[in-house]
Amino acid sequence: MKVELRINGASRIADVEPRKTLLDALRENFLLNGAHAGCEHGVCGACTVLLDGEPVRSCLMFAAQADGYEITTIEGLAPAPGELSVIQDAFCETHGLQCGYCTPGMILSAHALLQQTHTPSREDIVEAISGNICRCTGYGQIVEAVQFAANRLQKSNMPHPHPHHVRHGHPGEHDAPVEGILEAAEADAPTESAK
Amino acid sequence: MKPAPFEYIRPHSLAEACELLANDEDARAIAGGQTLVPMLAMRLARPAKLVDIMRLPELAGIRPEAGALVVGATTRQAVAEQDPLIRAQVPMLARVLPWVGHPPTRNRGTIGGSIANADPSAEIPLVAVTLGAEIMLATVDGPSSMPADDFFIGPMLTTMNPGECVSAVKFPVWAHKRIGVGFFEISARKSDFAFAAAVAQVALDDDGRCLEIVLGVGGVGDRALRLDVSSLVGTKLDASAVAEAVNAVSGDMEASTDLHASAAYRRRVAITLSKRAIEQARTDASARALKGAA
Ligand SMILES: Cc1cc2nc3c(=O)[nH]c(=O)nc-3n(C[C@@H](O)[C@H](O)[C@H](O)COP(=O)(O)OP(=O)(O)OC[C@H]3O[C@@H](n4cnc5c(N)ncnc54)[C@H](O)[C@@H]3O)c2cc1C
Ligand code: FES
Ligand code: FES
Repeated sequence: MKVELRINGASRIADVEPRKTLLDALRENFLLNGAHAGCEHGVCGACTVLLDGEPVRSCLMFAAQADGYEITTIEGLAPAPGELSVIQDAFCETHGLQCGYCTPGMILSAHALLQQTHTPSREDIVEAISGNICRCTGYGQIVEAVQFAANRLQKSNMPHPHPHHVRHGHPGEHDAPVEGILEAAEADAPTESAK
Repeated sequence: MKPAPFEYIRPHSLAEACELLANDEDARAIAGGQTLVPMLAMRLARPAKLVDIMRLPELAGIRPEAGALVVGATTRQAVAEQDPLIRAQVPMLARVLPWVGHPPTRNRGTIGGSIANADPSAEIPLVAVTLGAEIMLATVDGPSSMPADDFFIGPMLTTMNPGECVSAVKFPVWAHKRIGVGFFEISARKSDFAFAAAVAQVALDDDGRCLEIVLGVGGVGDRALRLDVSSLVGTKLDASAVAEAVNAVSGDMEASTDLHASAAYRRRVAITLSKRAIEQARTDASARALKGAA
């Protein structure tokens, strides 16, 4: 079937099977190989693209469903050929990547966050990239990269976003309660209350 | 990891969607796709037709009704999470949504899709069961509805017939002034599916006495369970009364064993989380009144 998509600001047309995911269409039909195919079933986030500015997994939708949205891939972030966006640059500078497999997804998730606020807390950053798996860096430098980019954007002479909401739920709540993790660790230890 | 071929149809009305789903047993609705597409990719599901209900106007929107808030089936989880009406009127739903997957899955995944999918550890069905929500259905014969407690019958099993669609979920809105919510879940990582979860909502009077309380546990058995702790109404929800009430209903927690956790572990954690959830709900309700917020 014929699909017409808006990708990185341009209209693109392709003839695809209905079962073709947006990820595969981006890579095979439009030769935008920046969206990476990791798990291809929704777990890893390597395939992240922005749909109207919001990060989504492109392996979990079909190209046939993607009409009418502004799709942004990693190729659409740099301001000009040979240049890097502030966030891309920050990832290089703080060594926020090693093999690079997770990087397009990480950067797009970070980009969506920093569109909403230039003053994210560490928890906001962790939540924003919580759906993106990295098997190399241990995440520390990625969080640092996003923080670094946020600082630069704050200082830059650019309009600041209105921090009306950041998506990490309730203040003071992030990872599972520490108590809970300890409980999970002692799972199945026989206790008097266990029946 | 490629789905088998299917025909993709985007109906223009809900009636047309129900018709399509009723006339072909190999047709399947797709909403946010966050559960269905992985199943297609792994070929655990092989529908011949996918009926895309995501853009149907009848399934969209959030609207207040007398004593209830009706949340359209295709309301995306990320939208519900930030919605001011949901935050004010169904705080329990707003409270659990940050635990449903991750920001990218919430940007596509829907309220109705999670209800229809009926995963035993899913947070949205847990809220629906605990609050006593009404599941609104669209069928070829017109609209109908069913209490959440009757709708969920087992793991990924509901009473829905082919040709039926979840059109909305009608969450009851409590009229009391001082309402608080408590929620805890245990999972391998935040936002993974819960091994056990507990959620509570309480209403307090000006003296801090409990006017109304509901408690539910998820991930423990083969569906979310609402537990009757109404014996706590009239008390100040002190720790010993809460412990006694929770222990009294713990026998009703049917628990299951799988690779992740044994039934005994699940029940033990659910009891502890239930007590903490009630405690947190009480603290939340008291704090609201102190700040003068409704
Ligand atoms: C990495 C990851 C982590 C996740 N973590 C969690 C989690 O922690 N907790 C949690 O609860 N969920 C979690 N999920 C699942 C959640 O994201 C899904 O959104 C939800 O289960 C299904 O909603 P959907 O709109 O995507 O439905 P779809 O995937 O489109 O559909 C799911 C099923 O419901 C049917 N269906 C959908 N809408 C309707 C309707 N209106 N009427 C009738 N049938 C319908 C479909 O036919 C299909 O069988 C996770 C998913 C991923 C990929
Ligand atoms: S490739 Fe899409 S989430 Fe892994
Ligand atoms: S840099 Fe290798 S997976 Fe993240």
